[in-house]
Amino acid sequence: MSDKLVQVEHLQQYFPAGGFGKNKKYVQAVDDVSFFINRGETLGLVGESGCGKTTTGRTLLRLYEPTGGRIIYDDKVIFDKDKKIAVNMLPYRKKMQIVFQDPYASLDPRMTVGDIVGEPIDIHHLASSKQERYDMIIEMLRRVGLNSEHANRYPHEFSGGQRQRVGIARALAVHPEFIVCDEPISALDVSIQAQVINMFEDLQESMNLTYLFIAHDLSVVKHISNRIGVMYLGRMVELADSYELTMHSLHPYTKSLISAIPIADPKLARASKRIALEGDVPSPLNPPSGCRFRTRCPYADEQCAKEVPEFKEVAPGHYAACHHLDKCN
Amino acid sequence: MEKNPLSFQLKLNPDDFLPATEEEKESLVVMRDSVSFWKDGFRRLRKNKVAMVCLFIIIVVMIFAFIVPAFYPYSYEQQIQGANNLAPMQYSAKELERIAAGEKVFPHFFGTDKMGRDYAIRVMMGSRISLLVGIIAAAIILVIGSVFGSIAAFAGGWVDLIMMRIVDIIYTIPDVLLIVLLSFALKEPLKVLAQAPGFGWISVVGENLISIFIVFALLYWVGMARMVRSQILMLKESEYVTAARALGASSARIIKKHLLTNCIGTLIVTTTLQIPSSIFTESFLSFLGLGVAVPMPSLGSLASDAINGLNTYPYLLFIPAAVISLIILSFNLLGDGLRDAFDPKLKN
Amino acid sequence: MSEYLVDIQHERLSFFTPAGEVKALNDVSIHLNDGEVLGIVGESGSGKSVTAYSLMGLTAYPGRLVGGTIDFNGHRINDLSEKEFRKIRGNEVSIIFQDPMTSLNPVYTIGNQIMEVILLHTDKNKEQARARAKELLELVGINEPEKRLKQYPHELSGGMRQRVMIAIALACEPKLLIADEPTTALDVTIQAQILELMMDLKEKLGMAIIMITHDLGVVASMCDRIAVMYAGRIVEYGTTDDIFYNPKHEYTKGLLKSIPRLDAKEHERLVPIEGTPIDLLNPPAGCPFAPRCSNCMKICLREMAPVTTFDDVHYTQCWMNQKEQMEREAAK
Repeated sequence: MSDKLVQVEHLQQYFPAGGFGKNKKYVQAVDDVSFFINRGETLGLVGESGCGKTTTGRTLLRLYEPTGGRIIYDDKVIFDKDKKIAVNMLPYRKKMQIVFQDPYASLDPRMTVGDIVGEPIDIHHLASSKQERYDMIIEMLRRVGLNSEHANRYPHEFSGGQRQRVGIARALAVHPEFIVCDEPISALDVSIQAQVINMFEDLQESMNLTYLFIAHDLSVVKHISNRIGVMYLGRMVELADSYELTMHSLHPYTKSLISAIPIADPKLARASKRIALEGDVPSPLNPPSGCRFRTRCPYADEQCAKEVPEFKEVAPGHYAACHHLDKCN
Repeated sequence: MEKNPLSFQLKLNPDDFLPATEEEKESLVVMRDSVSFWKDGFRRLRKNKVAMVCLFIIIVVMIFAFIVPAFYPYSYEQQIQGANNLAPMQYSAKELERIAAGEKVFPHFFGTDKMGRDYAIRVMMGSRISLLVGIIAAAIILVIGSVFGSIAAFAGGWVDLIMMRIVDIIYTIPDVLLIVLLSFALKEPLKVLAQAPGFGWISVVGENLISIFIVFALLYWVGMARMVRSQILMLKESEYVTAARALGASSARIIKKHLLTNCIGTLIVTTTLQIPSSIFTESFLSFLGLGVAVPMPSLGSLASDAINGLNTYPYLLFIPAAVISLIILSFNLLGDGLRDAFDPKLKN
Repeated sequence: MSEYLVDIQHERLSFFTPAGEVKALNDVSIHLNDGEVLGIVGESGSGKSVTAYSLMGLTAYPGRLVGGTIDFNGHRINDLSEKEFRKIRGNEVSIIFQDPMTSLNPVYTIGNQIMEVILLHTDKNKEQARARAKELLELVGINEPEKRLKQYPHELSGGMRQRVMIAIALACEPKLLIADEPTTALDVTIQAQILELMMDLKEKLGMAIIMITHDLGVVASMCDRIAVMYAGRIVEYGTTDDIFYNPKHEYTKGLLKSIPRLDAKEHERLVPIEGTPIDLLNPPAGCPFAPRCSNCMKICLREMAPVTTFDDVHYTQCWMNQKEQMEREAAK
């Protein structure tokens, strides 16, 4: 049993966007993304809108069928486009779960909280009697800080933070090994976010979980992740240990991303210099040739337009995709 | 004298500054009463006075249409000698004699028609037929329409495309023409079938009515199909459906537990609004002579029969017309009220 | 009239909904000088947006001012009619909203929407208004302004749309700009551009800004003064340094401790604020934050504390602080 629980190789996800035959257009949401996640660790995935991080998470779970690449879970190939392997996901749904961003939309408004948490138990026949099912549901609710009297209530009676807890309880009901956390706190109030972050950490320890934590807030991702991957317009541009990435980033995009984040400390804020990134993110329908970041990169040249930079290990455990790492460091 | 640091014109008490206990804090956080979707919806419906009045009217009409005739002294095909064309509450000469002789004669609340049949019971039976047609037609439309629409929406792709083109084609078929043709074509075969044991009710109800039901089943469900399809298409994209897939739910489970349950509100409302539409269609077909067979009345056929004597016996037309209007209006307003009560968008 | 640009005294505002009276603002007092940047920080339901909207008279039915006075630039806002409001909106005070996609009318061109404000409040003719619109687009850093004037909102990116919103807001050089979560819907690199632009323009045009946000990082870099709101009340008010380095209210302290820091050297467990936000339909009699406060005392549940001032700017409303101050006075 290797250390790597999840391995993703050259993952590709193109969505059709109209047109026929030769003129068929695609939204290149995820393009040639590779990474692995070790057992028990948290890999953070950050990037701005359109970078493909959410699509990566969902494609990894085969909620969308990938258009290319390979996915390996626990040393078993569960998808390989070239070798035409696509296993039945039902047994894997017990091991790989997901928590969604929007606590208002991800719970069926017509079901009670108890039934929502009980659904995975029913699907996978995890309980042999009604009583056992009830006990399992209550145990899950308790783990996320709710109690038995909440089980008969409906989602609309709860606050955002509580609904998110219900979503987490639902994902935990199958006792998974791996959870994709798809922006789980972005929609919550600031004072509730910390509660939920702590809960994720506690659950990881008590239930031996491995996380893929997707978010756009680098501060939160750094706090909870062991390693962080930065995505831009469908490609991974840098991946390293959390501290390493935030303190000693190599890729120009990562640097400007970090400098753009407002620090909640007035003295530091006044002293810091922002690395200005001009312009807007190009459209994923028509990404720039070669390095996709070159249209906004201060160091770009003709090589960047012609060759796609290789995502390779430039220091132990530190990967980056850039032709001119020496120039920008 | 030592100044008490806590003495203040605000009448403070040193005990006030003791830490509050968990119970004291908890007492301020109270969860509102649990209310399910149905309870919430019905509560809103009860507040809607117009809808409640309409519901009451419908219930009263149904009592008169289905229950009262069993206890009524007259029957709809019974022709009373000498009691033709009586005005409401009028007695015939023969009946007056019987009253004089001490017998109790049940009054003709709505008078009688030209064949001497008590009009009140005929209006009640007419309402029964109209309501039955309306409800059965709405049920047929509901079942066929929602199955068709949900399959099209859920399957998507080519299946959806083809199914919707079928819907478009059906929309272009003229319904009344088809009813007339079908009635004509089915008259003889149904007459033969009516002779067979167990099918006697066909001749009571009339071959025309069977044709009407067949046409409803063939043509009228398309509106419902379109509506269900658009509902399901919208719900299919909901994040809780994605969540169910991520849990490993099968398509059947998703349709049953997530999609249809979330549609039910709209289905109920649309069906409730379909009933008056079907009643109206049947009334107008009966008016044209394509409805129930004599002597069974329907509100439309009663109105049709009454046209000729309009000037002399206006009540023979007005009464069934008023009842049709009342039923249709009540169902429409009730449907509106249901929609307001169960529309999730208005939920705040 | 007061000498401040904005002087709100003890404002009370409620929304009269079918479910009951929602007490959105419960005794809020704010003042702002010319050219100052005030940050209003709070979560959903804290009343931060409502405070600013009431300044512009945008809290019409079912909202109603129940108490207090609002003075702005010499006007007594309480008494203004809708007609008088229209004269000052867009002219003396402007607002930019969170979601530029829904704040811009999708069926009118950008040029049209900017010119509308200019034509409404100044006596420029169409040609002059057009020239001014082009000038404004340049001012907010939009390239190819001629081309942009003819484009529609959906043709621009989120960042550019927000710049257009700013251009519209600044068209008549208002004395006060209200920014209601202007960058929450934007990516962080775009957010940095927009915030920088706003500070730049403030220097150039000398206007005051009220920045409404839930992001403490944003207020740290931009604001002179900060008001922390919770459940319709200001729980703490002070200079930026006061709030970040010397917070006195438990809620402020809790917020600061609960956000993860990018520059943290090692993993420190976050200290969250326990509990859930209150229901504004049934606000408790005392301090609204009491059920979630680790220092909650019995009196906190019963009544609201008086104001405790620390210097001429920094104040808070908290029994803990009040008690400490009284003890200090007694010890003298």
